[in-house]
Amino acid sequence: MSVPANETVLAVSGLGKTYAQPVLGDVTLELRGGEVLALTGENGAGKSTLSKLISGLEIPTTGQMLYRGQPYAPGSRAEAERLGVRMVMQELNLLPTLTVAENLFLDNLPSRLGWISQKRLRQLATAAMAQVGLDAIDPDTPVGELGIGHQQMVEIARNLIGDCHVLIFDEPTAMLTAREVDLLFTQIERLRQRGVAIVYISHRLEELQQVAQRIAVLRDGKLVCAEPIQRYNSEQLVNLMVGRELGEHIDLGQRTIGAPLLKIDGLSRGDKVREVSFEVRAGEIFGISGLIGAGRTELLRLIYGADRADSGQVALGQPPVPVTIDSPKAAVKAGIALITEDRKGEGLLLSQSISANIALGNLGAVSRAGVLDADAERELAERQIGAMRIRSASPAQAVGELSGGNQQKVVIGRWLERDCQVLLFDEPTRGIDVGAKFDIYGLLAELARQGKALVVVSSDLRELMLICDRIAVLSAGRLIDTFDRDHWTQDQLLAAAFAGYQKRDALLHDAAPRMDA
Amino acid sequence: MKTTTNTSDAAPVRRSGTYFGLGTYLGLAGALLAMIVLFSLLSSHFLSYATFSTLANQIPDLMVLAVGMTFVLIIGGIDLSVGSVLALAASTVSVAILGWGWSVLPAALLGMAVAALAGTVTGSITVAWRIPSFIVSLGVLEMARGLAYQFTDSRTAYIGDAFAWFSNPIAFGISPAFIIALLVIVLAQLVLTRTVFGRYLIGIGTNEEAVRLAGIDPRPFKILVFALMGVLAGLAALFQISRLEAADPNAGSGMELQVIAAVVIGGTSLMGGRGSVISTFFGVLIISVLAAGLAQIGASEPTKRIITGAVIVIAVVLDTYRSRRASRRN
Repeated sequence: MSVPANETVLAVSGLGKTYAQPVLGDVTLELRGGEVLALTGENGAGKSTLSKLISGLEIPTTGQMLYRGQPYAPGSRAEAERLGVRMVMQELNLLPTLTVAENLFLDNLPSRLGWISQKRLRQLATAAMAQVGLDAIDPDTPVGELGIGHQQMVEIARNLIGDCHVLIFDEPTAMLTAREVDLLFTQIERLRQRGVAIVYISHRLEELQQVAQRIAVLRDGKLVCAEPIQRYNSEQLVNLMVGRELGEHIDLGQRTIGAPLLKIDGLSRGDKVREVSFEVRAGEIFGISGLIGAGRTELLRLIYGADRADSGQVALGQPPVPVTIDSPKAAVKAGIALITEDRKGEGLLLSQSISANIALGNLGAVSRAGVLDADAERELAERQIGAMRIRSASPAQAVGELSGGNQQKVVIGRWLERDCQVLLFDEPTRGIDVGAKFDIYGLLAELARQGKALVVVSSDLRELMLICDRIAVLSAGRLIDTFDRDHWTQDQLLAAAFAGYQKRDALLHDAAPRMDA
Repeated sequence: MKTTTNTSDAAPVRRSGTYFGLGTYLGLAGALLAMIVLFSLLSSHFLSYATFSTLANQIPDLMVLAVGMTFVLIIGGIDLSVGSVLALAASTVSVAILGWGWSVLPAALLGMAVAALAGTVTGSITVAWRIPSFIVSLGVLEMARGLAYQFTDSRTAYIGDAFAWFSNPIAFGISPAFIIALLVIVLAQLVLTRTVFGRYLIGIGTNEEAVRLAGIDPRPFKILVFALMGVLAGLAALFQISRLEAADPNAGSGMELQVIAAVVIGGTSLMGGRGSVISTFFGVLIISVLAAGLAQIGASEPTKRIITGAVIVIAVVLDTYRSRRASRRN
């Protein structure tokens, strides 16, 4: 059933979407069978909107689509799926209390008179799971017991069931381990050979170059190019996305690194964080590297008092004196800020305005005797919108409508108002486009220049090597080693990251290792 | 037209929190007006001074309870105990006056304090053990009712006209109780929209973890909301005593559902994070006018309940439809 390669499966012409402002305008593009099309661009460039229009989640304002020669205007996701146009979403749409098999076949459970045929269900599920290399998992496992990476593979497996001519992946590897990424790419290749037209949305240029044949770049809602991917190198692609040159090196400006400001001594919690000690000096950017599950996020949460430590001590100030931090409230009072990894779940009030989000935690400054001063609040928001270059319609715009990078700037802006001495950043650039990343790096440098102590956790090793003065490597909850700038190599850092796992099989570890470098 | 400076009409935003656009209020007012017109056509007696004066004197207890419930729903909680706590407060007042010979003011304060305590208990248990307030308040509902029976020996206690001034009309058929309830509404709306406390409540209802990680301990605020609910149930108890000249241990039975219905009809979200006291007031008026109108046209008790139930469901369906349409932009 091989479709001749390069036959157009889906053609969109003049496609546009306007909410209150146009977010996508006049996009003309062909999806070809047996081809992987990389779709990339900065956050807010319109990638998600375009894929939502194709997969029936949104209705276009202008333009037409032709699907296998027929006019195509899906009114819903279900209709698009019935026709064979599917999308693997970034968010997981799984029911954690049901088993893998039940999740896979939820819309079509094999049954007789309403009784589920367990045997048949297991057979079908086993076959579907084998397709994505999940053979090792029992189909009767509740999905909630799987790690995030495996859950994502289940989600992908679910979309491969049934007729499928167009398959869109929206940032599919954000949570996958290296081994799972390989599996996914193998699967994508197999689908491509079967003649499926694949759209692969990602920021990770190396992945795009590995998996795609053609690349389409969106910028500000417009299609900038749609051409064979070999024509471009990484740097050219970044330039296409942001429309300006970005170097591999950034100038973080003149900084003076002073005396220790934050001292962590023997911090432990269960087997997640074990006896971790380090010092961060004023004006220093201190990176924490490690594999997923090494205890990086847990460590930051302990320092911030979001979780209670079993043992250990945090000391602050110049010279550092021991402080008791048993809650985020105490941490903030002591001058520590945490910018969380999960900004939607833990950082922001998505349905609230930008000004309400920036003012949260600073309400004392914009109120008198408990009564809010609306003008002061708006000024505060406008100050941060200007300083952080937050792209928004107005301070009253809901944060949920902003792109990832701008959302992150809102969270950071909140803390800048508080003048904390120690700032803990957990994956500050996750899910953020290249342009915004460099804005954030610039901001980190600015904070360091002001003499603050910065701790930055990141899965992107190159990012840490770009911005940090020192990098500590966590592995299986322990701090293995700390490296100074100019005394590290990528290989050394990676070796340290694996050091704690050598006694067990690291790949069997639930959140198996992944390094984006 | 009066608009706040930070809400530009051109901005394509889905607003939430305390922002209930003029459209929401106009819609609720329109629904209310339509009901009044309908009942006026169906009954020649409906559109009269007597009807509205009676209404104004009957609803103050519902009004203040609904204000408290609006706050509780905004933080993502629910309080089923309000009717029982009302009865507990009333019984306490009767014991203080009849049993111990206290005068009116200390007895009234004691009643409100007991109600506040009941609310604080609900809030503290909810917060301390992270139990859904639904279950905790269900338990408190039973306990408060039991105590009310115990205090009064399960009999209605006649207190007399000591509280009568509350519900005696002073002008245009309006009583001090109604005026107090109106003041409570205005004050609560200001607290919700203009104070740090109100902002925290909206934040807690939207994303409690985000509030906690922003360095704010949400727990005292949550307890305070339940305590406030208790105080307002105590106030509602005083209104009832003044109207009935008695403390009835059966008072407020089932009233929690009426209160929740009024708040939800107003458009406050059961999921938390979104609410307005003004629209709650419209909800109270809608549900009260409906009850009064149905009584006037001679609807039977079963018919009244069926129609009231249908109105609640329709109101929630309309509100959900409206907010979905608004959020589809995301």
